[in-house]
Amino acid sequence: MQEKKSGLSEFKNEGTRDKIFDICVWVIVVVAVCVTLYPFLYVASISVSDGMAVAKGEVMFLPKGWDLEAYHMVTRYQQIWVSYGNTFLYTIVGTAFNIVFTCLAAYPLSRKQFFLRKKMNFLLAFTMYFSGGLIPTYMVVTGLGFYNSRWAMIIPTLLSAYNVMICRSAMEAIPEDLFENATLEGANDFYILYKIAVPLIKPTLAVLTLYYAVARYNDFFNAMLYLGKSELQPLQMFLRRILIISSSEIVQASGTTAAAAAAQSTLKIRYVCIVLSTVPILCICPFIQKYLVKGTMLGAVKE
Amino acid sequence: MFLPVLIYYLIFSYLPMTGLVMAFQEFIPGKGLAGIYTGSWVGLKWFKQFFSSVFAWKLVRNTFLLSFYSLIFGFPIPILFAVCITQIKNKAIQRSAQVITYLPYFISTVVVVGMMTNFLSPSTGIVNQIIEMCGGKPINFMSDPSWFRRLYVISGSWQSFGFNSIIFVASIMAISPDLYEAMRIDGASKRQQVWHLELPMIKPTILLLLIMSLGNILSVGFEKVYLMYNTAVYETADVISTYVYRQGIDNKNYSYATAVGLFNSVVGFSLVCLSNGFSRKFSGSSIW
Repeated sequence: MQEKKSGLSEFKNEGTRDKIFDICVWVIVVVAVCVTLYPFLYVASISVSDGMAVAKGEVMFLPKGWDLEAYHMVTRYQQIWVSYGNTFLYTIVGTAFNIVFTCLAAYPLSRKQFFLRKKMNFLLAFTMYFSGGLIPTYMVVTGLGFYNSRWAMIIPTLLSAYNVMICRSAMEAIPEDLFENATLEGANDFYILYKIAVPLIKPTLAVLTLYYAVARYNDFFNAMLYLGKSELQPLQMFLRRILIISSSEIVQASGTTAAAAAAQSTLKIRYVCIVLSTVPILCICPFIQKYLVKGTMLGAVKE
Repeated sequence: MFLPVLIYYLIFSYLPMTGLVMAFQEFIPGKGLAGIYTGSWVGLKWFKQFFSSVFAWKLVRNTFLLSFYSLIFGFPIPILFAVCITQIKNKAIQRSAQVITYLPYFISTVVVVGMMTNFLSPSTGIVNQIIEMCGGKPINFMSDPSWFRRLYVISGSWQSFGFNSIIFVASIMAISPDLYEAMRIDGASKRQQVWHLELPMIKPTILLLLIMSLGNILSVGFEKVYLMYNTAVYETADVISTYVYRQGIDNKNYSYATAVGLFNSVVGFSLVCLSNGFSRKFSGSSIW
C-alpha cells in the first residue's frame, strides 16, 4: 500500500503512521490503568454510598449519597480488631525474623572463605525446586507442637530461598577489600555483617522487606492449616469468612435492628472490609517503587 | 553464623522430604512425628490406587490446562504493556501508570477472589446487573464449570501484568538510545523501531522467563483455586494440590495424599530440569 512516490510524501506518511502508533500506545496504557483502578474505585464507592442506591444497583463509578454506617458496624465488631492485631503481630515479628535470618544465610553464602559454600548453596537451591509437599510438611510442623500456636505463623516460613539468593547477589557485589580490611583490623564476621555488609545493601533489603512483609500480611494458607482458634487467626481468615462465605456475623454482632441492618446491604459490609484490609498494604507500595525495579532485576537474571 | 539457617532448612525442608516415605507406607495415626517412619510397607499401593481412580486423569488435565492457559494469555500482556509504557516520554505519567498497574500484585488472594465473587454474584454483582440491563440473563459465574478457567486466567492476569512488566520495562530501558536514533535517521517508524530493534533486544529476557514458566506448568498455586472453587465446578477446577489437601487434611488419608503429592513434585521437578536444559541450550542462560 505504501508505495514510494516521493521523498516528501513518504516522510508525511511516516508521520501519520507514528501518530497512529502513539494513539495505540496511549489507548493501551489508559485502558490498562482504568482496568486496574476500576475495581478499587467501585469497591470504595459502594462502601460509602447510600444503602438504598447500592441495593438498586445505581452505583457504578462514583459514590451516590454518603453513608458511613457500614463502617461503624464493621469497626464496632470486636473480631476484626483481634484479626487486625494478629496480622500486624505476625507481619512485624515475622518480617523482622525473615530479614535477620536472610542476612545470616546470605552473608556466609556470599563469602568465598566459607568452607561449605558450594554445598550449602546447593542445599538452599534444591529446596526451591523440590519439597516434601503439603502432607509431610504439615506432619512435621504439627508434630513439633506448632498447631494453634502463634509461632506456626512465623517459624515455618522463616526463609525464602529465592530472597536469600537476591540478598546473596547483593553481598557478592560488595568489593572484597572492605571485608579484608575489616578482618585485618580484627573485626569478627558478625561485626562485618552488621557494620559493613548490611548498610551497603540497604536498597536490596528494602525490597526484601517489602516482599516478606506483603507475604506475611497476605498469608492465608498457613493460618488455615495451623490455626484453628479464631482468636489467633489473622485478617485474611476473617476476610475469607466475610467475603466468600457469609457476612451475617457482623450484622448479628453489631446489635443493630433488622431495619438498620437491611439498609446496610451485605454487599456494603463486604466492601467496607475490603477497603479496611487493603488500605495498609496499598499505602506502602508507592514509596518503595524505586527499589522495586532493582530488586526484580536481581532476582530474575543471574550470572 | 550459618548454623541456625542450616537447622531451619534441615527441619522444615529436609525433614519433610524424608517424610515422603509415607507414600510407600500405611500410616498409623496417633504416634506424632514418629508415625511418619513406622508405618507398614505397602510399596506402590497408593500410586496404583490413584492412577486407577477416575481422578488421576482429570486432575492432571485440570492442573496442566489451568497453567497452560494462564501462560499463553498471561505471558504476552506484560510485554505489550512494557513496550507501550516505555513509549510514553512524560516521566510523571509513566511512573504513575506503573505504580498503579502493579498495585494489584500486592493484594491478597483472598481479597481478589472476594472481589471477583461479589462482582460476579448472580443477585447483587455488578457484572450481572449490566448483563440484565442489556437484556441478558444473569449467569452464575462462580458455579459454572465452563467459566472457571477463564475467570482464573483473567483475574490472574489482572493481578500480575503490571508487576510482571517491570522486568521487561527494565530491559527496554537498558537499550542504548543511540540505536533508536540511528534507526530514526534511516527513516524507520516507531512501529518498525519496536519490531526490529526493541523486541529482538529483549528476546533473551522473554525466552528465559518463558522457558522458566514452562518448567512450572504443573505447580498451580493452591490458594487461589481453593478459594475460588466449590463442588459445582470440580469438573474443571479441581487440581492436584487441592485434591491432596482434601484427601490429606480433610479426610486424613495421609499416606495416599503424600503419594499423590510426591507424584506431582517428581513430575514438576523433572519439568524444571528439562526446561532449564533447554534454556541453557537456546538462550545461554540458566537457573543453575
